[in-house]
Amino acid sequence: MEYFVQQLINGLTLGSIYGLIAIGYTMVYGIIGMINFAHGDIFMVGSFIAMILIVALGITAGAGFIVLILALMLVLLMAMLFTSAWGWTVERIAYRPLRGSFRLAPLITAIGMSIVLQNFVQIVQGARVKPLPPLVSGGYTIMDGNNFDVQISNIQILILVTTVVLMGVFTYIINKTALGRSLRACEQDRKMASLVGINVDRTISLTFVLGAALAAVAGFMYLLYYGVIDFYIGFIAGVKAFTAAVLGGIGSLPGAMLGGILIGLIETFWSGYFSVEYKDVAAFFILAAVLIFMPSGLLGKPEVEKV
Amino acid sequence: MAALNAAPAAEENIVVASLKDAILAGVLALILFSIIVGLRTDAGAGGLQITTEWDRVLWMAAVTAVGRFLLNIFFWKRAGGPKGLSDVLPDFNRAGHVSRFLGPLMLGIAVTLPFIVMVLVPGQSRYYVDLGVLVLTYVMLGWGLNIVVGLAGLLDLGYVAFYAVGAYSYALLSQYFDLGFWVCLPLAGILAAFWGIILGFPVLRLRGDYLAIVTLAFGEIIRIVLLNWFELTNGPNGITQIPRPTFFGLDFTRDEGGFADFFGLEYAAIHRIIFLYYIILALALITNWVTLRLRKLPIGRAWEALREDEIACRSLGINTTNTKLSAFAIGAMFGGFAGAFFATRQGFISPESFTFLESAIILAIVVLGGLGSQMGVVFASLVMIGGFEMFRNLEEFRVLVFGLLMVLIMIWKPRGLVSTRNPTVFLKERKAVSADLVSQGEGH
Amino acid sequence: MSLQPVSPTPASAGAPRQTLRNWETDVVVRVEHLTMRFGGLVAVDNLSFDVGRGDITSLIGPNGAGKTTVFNCLTGFYKPTEGRMIMAHTPSAFANLEARTQEGRRYFADDGLYLLERMPDMEIAAIGKVARTFQNIRLFGGMTLLENLMVAQHNALIVASGYTFGGIFGLPSYRKGEREAIELAKYWLEKTNLIDRADDPAADLPYGDQRRLEIARAMCTRPKVLCLDEPAAGLNPKESSELNTLLRQIRDDEGISVLLIEHDMSVVMEISDHVVVLDYGRKISDGAPQDVRSDPKVIAAYLGVDDEEVDAVEAEVGQETAERGGGHVRVVDAEAAQTLKEISSRGVAKDPKGDGR
Repeated sequence: MEYFVQQLINGLTLGSIYGLIAIGYTMVYGIIGMINFAHGDIFMVGSFIAMILIVALGITAGAGFIVLILALMLVLLMAMLFTSAWGWTVERIAYRPLRGSFRLAPLITAIGMSIVLQNFVQIVQGARVKPLPPLVSGGYTIMDGNNFDVQISNIQILILVTTVVLMGVFTYIINKTALGRSLRACEQDRKMASLVGINVDRTISLTFVLGAALAAVAGFMYLLYYGVIDFYIGFIAGVKAFTAAVLGGIGSLPGAMLGGILIGLIETFWSGYFSVEYKDVAAFFILAAVLIFMPSGLLGKPEVEKV
Repeated sequence: MAALNAAPAAEENIVVASLKDAILAGVLALILFSIIVGLRTDAGAGGLQITTEWDRVLWMAAVTAVGRFLLNIFFWKRAGGPKGLSDVLPDFNRAGHVSRFLGPLMLGIAVTLPFIVMVLVPGQSRYYVDLGVLVLTYVMLGWGLNIVVGLAGLLDLGYVAFYAVGAYSYALLSQYFDLGFWVCLPLAGILAAFWGIILGFPVLRLRGDYLAIVTLAFGEIIRIVLLNWFELTNGPNGITQIPRPTFFGLDFTRDEGGFADFFGLEYAAIHRIIFLYYIILALALITNWVTLRLRKLPIGRAWEALREDEIACRSLGINTTNTKLSAFAIGAMFGGFAGAFFATRQGFISPESFTFLESAIILAIVVLGGLGSQMGVVFASLVMIGGFEMFRNLEEFRVLVFGLLMVLIMIWKPRGLVSTRNPTVFLKERKAVSADLVSQGEGH
Repeated sequence: MSLQPVSPTPASAGAPRQTLRNWETDVVVRVEHLTMRFGGLVAVDNLSFDVGRGDITSLIGPNGAGKTTVFNCLTGFYKPTEGRMIMAHTPSAFANLEARTQEGRRYFADDGLYLLERMPDMEIAAIGKVARTFQNIRLFGGMTLLENLMVAQHNALIVASGYTFGGIFGLPSYRKGEREAIELAKYWLEKTNLIDRADDPAADLPYGDQRRLEIARAMCTRPKVLCLDEPAAGLNPKESSELNTLLRQIRDDEGISVLLIEHDMSVVMEISDHVVVLDYGRKISDGAPQDVRSDPKVIAAYLGVDDEEVDAVEAEVGQETAERGGGHVRVVDAEAAQTLKEISSRGVAKDPKGDGR
């Protein structure tokens, strides 16, 4: 039982990270119907920017609690800002010229951008892994078992709280603001949205900016949680996050979060009870099964085939 | 931002407009590169250390601004000037029209390449023939995937899985059952086709993008299994000493009874490479022949119809599941052949060789070449793989350039290099169909 | 077992009938108690009607009446919520209908009996021999006209090609099969007046030609029943009259039963042998064109007024009124009312792009 609860906590933490990346996929898919393959690498760039800032600002665990929290918030905000600029630029360079073009063209440029980003970071920052000493340590024992204590670390609390807060902010943006309204309108019908005076190009750009900002948060949390990153983390996290987006029902924001958490849980439970090596296989099998038996995902709208 | 989107300025001074735009682009570049380029982190004694590289950032921003300025002033903002890349660069489509002559010409070059190379660059002939082998391998893979993506319109992002199945089939069969290449080659193809059907059956009714992601997942699953099933595959260490192909039982060795000895030639390592070259050339040509043949058969027409409109296919009584499965299986089979060849050529395989990047490259070749176009695949392989090799001296920048090339070609020609479709049957005259009319498969 | 329509609507106000109509004696497609629900929406509600063999049967009704849904059920694209749809290749197919239905199989080729609601779409086309066209044309745009018609003969050709294995080596049987397929394609290209454009891509054709090509393609599947979803939509008067000729030829020369959805009353009234009128998913009238034309229910449905008001409306060519769907009243301008009053004789293309769901 204790073991189970521990895995649950770990899974939720991991799932939050996946969920935040998945939102970027699901938004872009919802609005322009393409798989933004470079999104996983935007997450990686965000993680790198956060790492560089932490090192450059000389943030260490030794600083006082308040100072540390403030410094990390600063890093997070800057990482979001800079990563958003990357997200915007990728859209501007590689996707906008192909707006309204053939379906596969943006997919290929997305794969191309993914390759570019990976290798760019590899060149300018080196191929070796970047280890970071733990910044946030400590935690609480929440259950006392006979020979197994269930612990929730401060970093896990930080991740979960940040995710919940961000989801709240994000839901507000989508549901209550003018930006959210134009976003939803473009998702329904881009042509119609432009006819009623919505700047579609700008809305799509903003989608990429928002998605990149959330990916930066995920990258930041990934960095703090695992303490080590390299230029390749974007690919596998990206695939998992896309899996999460599809699992939750692509186009649905709560679905992306739910899917992310499910993928995180599946992965940790599989590693905890069966084998670490095949945790990705488990996640992918679940994906295939969901797609085959529930093609619209968990929270997606069922599609009636138009004849 | 606004200036970046500005329409070509007719009256406004284009120099001023271009300058504004260039400065904005430079500032953006400055922002983008400031942290990730300007502050380089390296693992040092006490953890990560920062080295500042501001000069690099400035250079990159300057290049961006100047480049943008030049592009603006000469192309984008000039009244009546070319609007996009497609107006500047040559039109490859003509290649599609003259392919009647180009095809045989290229075939001729391909057949005689080893000898041309030995005459022209005797010192480096080994390198060039090897490069030829590499390009032809991708041509074959591209042709195989073209059946699935180009003809049937099924987006497969996990094609490398079948390549892996073929390679491992041969490696394992030779290791455990001591079978030779020529026996294993068809077996590898059959096994890959078999896997294609097994994987395809549940997933082929999925919509286009879902199919893409599930095939990607299957590609990864196969790689992870190969990586972790130590007992069978030796995990990440791979399988070594895979037997080389024989020429009617003759080995390409220095020993007595080897190829050179039998024909009374002086032993040379290049004999085997040339032999490999002709094997892959033959395999690729078979792939091409079968594909061209299938296109003119009902099955091939059904693939293309499926790509155009699946619902209409069903209303005509076409069994869409079987049609898709056949495309998937035949595509997989050719991937399997190529895999077996890869194994025998390398003599060593490991899961490293079958990553998603490989699938992406093959797909890129198909799309860049022009979906469904056989000639396009050849061009794209030459440009991408040959070009990739040409940039050898760029070393670490090579993959970066490769990625940029993918983006640029796609923006230049969203429909690929050769973007006309040849009808499979005609009454009076065969007119090429413009690609704008051809669907890419929405994958209902 | 009777050959009477399941729920015959008496042709009102028509002349007393002397003889049984074709669809009362020789039924090729029978729809029984068909109901189709989408969530809470009932698109088709307990609909029954018969299609006579060798007839041109029109399914008409205002927008949203459920006509296209009926087609989609008939051709297997939708699984009906309830009901039975029978395709009878021979008149004797109905002999053992009830016993056969109990057996649970999808079709009985020996009897020529096909239970369409059990069959998937591709089987309905391939074995049931029901061909269809689509309201928003679905051609293979990147393929030539000839290729479109070759694809339509896929099932015959794939057998001729020895399931591809014979074809790949160019066996003579396949060459013969392909020649025959091209001949059939040429026949229909000539019939539809498209032979000159045989080698052009289908997407290049003007709208009217695309509609005809879709009919030619459907005919190349050698169907027994041809279902056309608004074939005259968007056609000009000349094209429309050519279409009438073509449909008559299909009926008279080829002996094929035609079921069509149409808004263009000139087409409906001119060529139909039998008209079934739907409104809100229900059948409101069923009979020969001249009977249906004068059926007050039909006029009411088209004018959108209550039955009692029909006379009033007919009498005083209304100026007032409102929009469809909202209720029973709508704006009817003088011209429209005039046209609708004599719903058939002059004929008017009522909302050519209308969507029957």
